[in-house]
Amino acid sequence: MNLAKQYLELFLVFFKIGAFTFGGGYAMIPLIRNEVVNKKKWLADNEFMDMLALAQSVPGPISLNTAIFVGNKRLGFKGSLFTGAGIILPSFIIILLIAIVFTQFKDNQVVERIFRGVRPAVVALIVAPLLGLGKSAGIKISNIWVPITVALLVWLLKISPVYIILFSAIFGILYFLFIKQKTKK
Amino acid sequence: MELTELYLQLFISFLKIGLFGFGGGYAMLPLIQREVVDIHGWISVNDFTDIVAISQTTPGPIAFNSATYIGYTAITEAGYSTGYGILGSAISTLAVSIPSLILMTLVCLFFFRLKNNPWLQSSLSVLKLTIIGLIASAALMLMNEHNFIDYKSWIIFTIIMIASIRKVDPILLIVLSGIAGLILY
Repeated sequence: MNLAKQYLELFLVFFKIGAFTFGGGYAMIPLIRNEVVNKKKWLADNEFMDMLALAQSVPGPISLNTAIFVGNKRLGFKGSLFTGAGIILPSFIIILLIAIVFTQFKDNQVVERIFRGVRPAVVALIVAPLLGLGKSAGIKISNIWVPITVALLVWLLKISPVYIILFSAIFGILYFLFIKQKTKK
Repeated sequence: MELTELYLQLFISFLKIGLFGFGGGYAMLPLIQREVVDIHGWISVNDFTDIVAISQTTPGPIAFNSATYIGYTAITEAGYSTGYGILGSAISTLAVSIPSLILMTLVCLFFFRLKNNPWLQSSLSVLKLTIIGLIASAALMLMNEHNFIDYKSWIIFTIIMIASIRKVDPILLIVLSGIAGLILY
């Protein structure tokens, strides 16, 4: 296969993933795995799992991070531009069309009534996965004060999440240096 | 406001959102809301909630979707035409993707050294807890008098939350809540 075709293939595979990953995030991991590991065999399964762990530790959407990793692994930095564009374009086109159309109807009475019902549902869909996520993040009685404090700082005191994230990352490193190191000795 | 200045502000805001958007998805909501609603006032809380609803029913991660949508509306609401809005959309979407592109490229270079780095692991275990708190704060920030207008809102919220915990498809739930809104209001 010539090079141009390989770039196009990278683009198309991730365009397809981007077009069908409703809800984003964790919902699309099986889809990506199926394309990248099972069908195209671009990554071995253990490589995929390692990649996933790193994609989650870098800021930004997991789907984009995954796309960039796979593109980079196949055809270097240029490859990652093609996979990145592939994953972004479908939602870009759809949302742009919605934005253009929706702004015309926003003040429409019927649309407003529909959204009065939808808005509390949106919040419910954010709250519902918290329990499961808490379990997988390893929340215990001893550390539950961390998420509670974060939520209160951001919600009530309006502290920027930027500072909270920086502080958590630094706290994690300090904790490792001063507490875990010492308990080892 | 000057058009180029507006473009620059969108670019910087979404670059920041991409750079500090750890945990992806809902964990990025407080950061996005702070930038686009509280600091710049590009959209109202209600519009922001509507964007989240649109994100929950269309493909692609929330970070891209809000960049695309807000990039367009911030420009058109300022009185510029559709073409300039599309450019705003493209600039914001690009900006939110740039940090991922740079950081993931670095991750690919240092893949094996990063994989078992104890500093990184320690940081990430704290960040995991922080992310839960950020998602909770996203929910709390949206539980305001604009989105919860009366007791009916709370009934919708409760029913949708229970259904979502029982793994009912979120797209279906959004559609049903829209119908409920149409009937109830």
